[in-house]
Amino acid sequence: MGLAIGLGKRNPMKILAKFALSLALCFVVITSALAQSELAPGSAQLINPEDLVKLVQAPQGERPLILNVGPSLLYMQAHIPGSEYIGAGSDSQGIASLRRRVKALPHNTFIVLYCGCCPWSHCPNVRPAYNELHKAGFTNVKVLYIADNFGTDWVDKGYPTIKGQ
Amino acid sequence: MKRTVLVAVALVLAIGIYRLGIRPAPSRRGSLVGTPPGAVHSVAPGFVLQDLDGQSLDLSNYRGKVVLLNFWATWCAPCRGEVPHFIDLQNRYRAQGFQVIGISMDDGPKPVRDFYREFKMNYPVALGTEKVAESYGGVLGLPINFLLDRDGRIVAKHVGEVDMAVVEQQIQTLLQAK
Repeated sequence: MGLAIGLGKRNPMKILAKFALSLALCFVVITSALAQSELAPGSAQLINPEDLVKLVQAPQGERPLILNVGPSLLYMQAHIPGSEYIGAGSDSQGIASLRRRVKALPHNTFIVLYCGCCPWSHCPNVRPAYNELHKAGFTNVKVLYIADNFGTDWVDKGYPTIKGQ
Repeated sequence: MKRTVLVAVALVLAIGIYRLGIRPAPSRRGSLVGTPPGAVHSVAPGFVLQDLDGQSLDLSNYRGKVVLLNFWATWCAPCRGEVPHFIDLQNRYRAQGFQVIGISMDDGPKPVRDFYREFKMNYPVALGTEKVAESYGGVLGLPINFLLDRDGRIVAKHVGEVDMAVVEQQIQTLLQAK
């Protein structure tokens, strides 16, 4: 009843427009905020293994700085050639090491972070590392999307690896 | 007031729409994979590793038992989820000759010791090395579980979180085998 009276006094089209605007605004804000923290599959912050391989093997073009933010025992067994070991992103020492590594870099440096310790939704390392770089103002950061693990989604597909530190 | 209600409704709807769009990546559960080394039907590579007390844990000492070799880490959520089930399996099948052995891929012993105490783990846990991981075909993602028969032969390899019903069935079959 109260609503009917209210609607009678106001233009329903105006209310509808305001509602739609609010909805759109909320959607944009929430989507961008959550995409940063959750790195949802398919989001623009991610790069697929096949695309990274193409980038790394391309004779020309911008080569990303590839940083491993996973556990060292996994990195030592196999990692992407040219990648650097930083430390686990879930660990405060790993994050401190990441801060040190990127401190002197321009904020538009193309950086790819990766881990691959466990299935994507369970990885404890890539999100904190990504959020740290985002917080530090880096604008060209991608995270390698590894659906299951580095063995299945990179090594088993025959993509290049090397071992050791 | 009405404006506040409208904004609140819009907020709830927006969250709902966003959440509907999220689909967690499918993970492989309990797949049986046979690739050398550490392949199914091969003899499990031997190792001597340090356990959490600094004592040697020699796989050969478990010959004659059915062994579940669990590569895991405290930071791995699916691994943590498996531990209570392994504790339960260890309790129920110990008397028949079943043994779980955990090999932690953590970078240091401290979190493993803390976890061990917190979860009241009832089976030995050793600290993994790159060498042992490679001898089992590489541990490039967790968890990975190997099931060994009483002769120390690898009978099953589970990459990703195991299906407990499947692994228990396999354990029962191996315990009954002569």
